[in-house]
Amino acid sequence: MSAIVFDRVVKRYGEFEALSGVSFAVEQGDFFALLGPNGAGKTTLISILGGLAQASSGSVTVMGHDVSADYRPARHAVGIVPQELVFDPFFTVRETLQFQSGYFGIKRNDDWIDEILANLGLTAKAHSNMRQLSGGMKRRVMVAQALVHRPPVIVLDEPTAGVDVELRQTLWAFIQKLNEAGHTIVLTTHYLEEAEALCNRIAMLKQGRLIALEDKATLMKRNKARSVFLRLKPARLPETLQHLLVAERDDGFELKLADPDALPGILLAVQACGLSIRDIDVSKPDLEDIFVETMRGAA
Amino acid sequence: MTGFYTLFIKELLRFWKVAFQTVAAPVLTGLLYLLIFAHVLDAHVEPYPGVRYTAFLIPGLAMMSMLQNAFSNTSSSLIQSKITGNLVFILLPPLSYFEFFAAYVLAAVVRGLIVGVGVLSVTLWFAVPPIAHPLWILVFALLGCGVMAVLGLVAGIWAEKFDQLAAFQNFLIMPLTFLSGVFYSIHSLPAFWQSVSRFNPVFYMIDGFRYGFFGQGDVNPWFSLLVVSGFFLLLAGWAYGLIKSGYKIRH
Repeated sequence: MSAIVFDRVVKRYGEFEALSGVSFAVEQGDFFALLGPNGAGKTTLISILGGLAQASSGSVTVMGHDVSADYRPARHAVGIVPQELVFDPFFTVRETLQFQSGYFGIKRNDDWIDEILANLGLTAKAHSNMRQLSGGMKRRVMVAQALVHRPPVIVLDEPTAGVDVELRQTLWAFIQKLNEAGHTIVLTTHYLEEAEALCNRIAMLKQGRLIALEDKATLMKRNKARSVFLRLKPARLPETLQHLLVAERDDGFELKLADPDALPGILLAVQACGLSIRDIDVSKPDLEDIFVETMRGAA
Repeated sequence: MTGFYTLFIKELLRFWKVAFQTVAAPVLTGLLYLLIFAHVLDAHVEPYPGVRYTAFLIPGLAMMSMLQNAFSNTSSSLIQSKITGNLVFILLPPLSYFEFFAAYVLAAVVRGLIVGVGVLSVTLWFAVPPIAHPLWILVFALLGCGVMAVLGLVAGIWAEKFDQLAAFQNFLIMPLTFLSGVFYSIHSLPAFWQSVSRFNPVFYMIDGFRYGFFGQGDVNPWFSLLVVSGFFLLLAGWAYGLIKSGYKIRH
């Protein structure tokens, strides 16, 4: 059984189609990245998953439960950290988490609440009113709220937007621990290095359509393009290589190769012009390059 | 049940933590009404034979405060949660539609009753109305608060900004409660306005409630009970339907 299945999900707001038939599955144990530019439909998809929005057509299941027909077990199975920073100003951190546990039908949850607080560096703030917390601390409480019922599926909608390095590290260490313990994680983020470091599967959305869905390793491998940085003596790029030039920087030339196979040809061309190589650096594209390219390709 | 109970307690704490505004203020307002109206009218008006105006006014004021506060509780809690966005923490958990409905309504009823007891306990120093039928008092207090709590729920779901809610409150709830016979017996009105009053559901809440004290009213309490409970069921069905459909809260 898949952790989450989106099946031909369409969402319209009046004339505007926010999601145009999105289908994909997230498997149990995945650390799944959902990427896309602003307005791609990521948050809409998550809202439908959590029952905050209703799909115009199509269906979504969490751990086998339909999110609308079978909404109670579906909501038990998922913990969502919403993107907007929101809080209830009437209560303390501990009260907030106790209430959240109660909404999920859990009466005495203080041991687990203590563990979450400790893992998110919130123990010292347990008795502070929500209003007194900094933005980053409020964000931690939101993460804690999504975890009170130990959901098998955890969804984080841009949890690190505008938060400091320390929280990011604390948060990711904790989330990785939960992932290793068997929780399925779905993450949206604009920090692609986070997705690259953490996730094993990646989906990309653009204008309400799924344009890529792959294992991270496959996605990274499939792109054969390489960046080559050359510093030559004398500092002059052979005419035959001009069409590969991307940028000139640090007294050198950055070339873009479609395939690593093209490298010997470049070296030969340099040699044929009587130039010598003072420095060379070959780099693979990172997720950001692949993301940008995929988004362009889908235009 | 834990879900319902938690939301209910949370809603109680929400107003209790600001009890100055949600309990003490309406009690004081009720007292001021009594002081002013009783001062001006006590010597001139005898609404029922042998009943002083001040005594007559007390149950009406208590009921009006209860109704307004029951309405305020559901409506302001919902609109605040909608506007600040923290309603999401109640929408994401597996609370059933009924748990959601019942927790909000009951907490509002409790606030209404607390305010009612508060108004009675400060006004009783000026006149003590008799208590002819305590059960009628309780039934109309509960049902009246229930109707207004449900109406507040509908208003809170419907309103998208504070301005809309204020309009609902000032142009619907206030006239309905003020023109319901809080300050007068409708028998003192011209025939036309007597008939108009009979279309106001709040009139039956106050009249039934007052019947519990004086053993007399403008209409038969059983008829009032029928009207008020019918209204409650109608509104409750409507509010429940709104919650279930996700109208304006689940997009």
